[in-house]
Amino acid sequence: MASELAAGLASRDVVETTARRPGRMPLLRAWSWSWPKLAAIALAVAAWQVVVWTGWKPDYVLPGPGPVFQRLARDLGNPNFDLGVVITLRRALVGYAIAVAIGSVAGILVARIAVLRKAIGSAILGLQSMPSIAWFPLAILLFGLNETAIFFVVILGAAPAIAGGLLSGVDHVQPLLVRVGRVMGARGLGLYRYVILPAALPSFVGGLKQGWAFAWRSLMAGEIIGIVGHQLSLGQQIQFARDFADAEQLLAIIIVIFVIGVVIDSLFGTLDRGIRRRWGLLGAEA
Amino acid sequence: MSNILQLSEKHSLSVERLTVAFPHDDRLLLALEGVTLEVERGELVCIVGASGSGKSTLLNILAGLDEPTAGRAHVHGRVALMFQEAALLPWLTAAGNVELALELRGVKRPARVEFARELLHRVHLDGFEKRLPHELSGGMKQRVALARALAQDADVLLMDEPFGALDAITRDRLHEELERIWTETGLTVLFVTHNAREAVRLGDRVLVFTSRPGRVGHEVKVDLARPRSLDSPELAVIAGRITDRLKHEMTPNGE
Repeated sequence: MASELAAGLASRDVVETTARRPGRMPLLRAWSWSWPKLAAIALAVAAWQVVVWTGWKPDYVLPGPGPVFQRLARDLGNPNFDLGVVITLRRALVGYAIAVAIGSVAGILVARIAVLRKAIGSAILGLQSMPSIAWFPLAILLFGLNETAIFFVVILGAAPAIAGGLLSGVDHVQPLLVRVGRVMGARGLGLYRYVILPAALPSFVGGLKQGWAFAWRSLMAGEIIGIVGHQLSLGQQIQFARDFADAEQLLAIIIVIFVIGVVIDSLFGTLDRGIRRRWGLLGAEA
Repeated sequence: MSNILQLSEKHSLSVERLTVAFPHDDRLLLALEGVTLEVERGELVCIVGASGSGKSTLLNILAGLDEPTAGRAHVHGRVALMFQEAALLPWLTAAGNVELALELRGVKRPARVEFARELLHRVHLDGFEKRLPHELSGGMKQRVALARALAQDADVLLMDEPFGALDAITRDRLHEELERIWTETGLTVLFVTHNAREAVRLGDRVLVFTSRPGRVGHEVKVDLARPRSLDSPELAVIAGRITDRLKHEMTPNGE
């Protein structure tokens, strides 16, 4: 709570200073945004290089950044590799979309219906802390070793977090706003549409973000454990790279997976900040 | 029932032997006991009471947000309710908040935009239509809330200490605006406050509530000409008498 407040105050300062200096150069802003990240990357690569130079492990087990980045560049020019990225991203998006649908509907139902809440409200929380890959063996038995089993794990990973975010958002809507909605004549679903759901949106987006993280993890675990068909998904390629003791390839794929995770997470971060600003949760007070 | 319907020809709002009890620990706490009052159409009536006199409870029941334990409360026509906090929906602009009230009342979109601008103009917020609530000052927020209440096209406006959190100057201006809007629209207003001066400033009548349980202890008719000034000696005299009453009610053996 305190750190949230501190973050809120800090970003409020940022908002105010940028507002006061509208003429600040965009290039300068981009630089001040990106240099800490670039520095962190440079440090991590340097540390990696140093470890390699110490000769702790032979080159074919732990190659240095140079050969790995060269390999990565070659991989990205290889249509089969790119196809793998596409396959994995497609699975992630489809699985995540289904999880969003299921999680949202479940969240609203549990929030609306008292019996359901008593019955499975805490189960949703419990499911959130369960590593969804633990469902994978069951999923293989149920659906066979195929894409459906992978979707099953992805959905079980993401949907509870999404439902949980929505549920906690609905729970924490200011009672006063609900009363205002009722005075204005909103009842039942109308109250949800006009007041409760918009008020719950910041928390819902938090759930979406967490759900994405769970979906991405579950997908990677699923793809590595379960080799499905002969599609060269990222998880499958990483597994093959290990089987062939191709450390360069392995590290190149890890970088790809990491970058995809960071990019999508930062998209959610932008969405999250935008909504919080609009909702007045971190904007400057007049 | 029939005699209430008769009353409503002339009365905009009538409350009959209203009692409200809340469970508290393992006993019942009486918030209101046997409250009877009537407000005529177009009247501006203030209720003054210390905290614990059940003023807000009364408004909630009149607005249909709570149920009485016994007795009845009847409002003729539509009700709007304003709170001490503006309670604007934070994700909607000033105009958006007003438009939502219009939308829930069934006003179609093109008319809504125009109408909302007109209402905001009425509370002197021209140019602030696109502002979000957190970009507005406390007084401006309450103005938006007032515009939103007007958007509900209510016959009765219930106000629960709406200006209690504002500074004196802002409050003064909002008194003027409320009075002006009330005169223009012929609204019936029931205004709750704990400030005797504010009550005398605004009310045709002032009802003084007792505390724990809340009852109508005393009624004062205010015959001062409008617009009144908070600082006028006549007003101060009446307010002083009401304040004495309140103090009297608050002493343990008050009645």
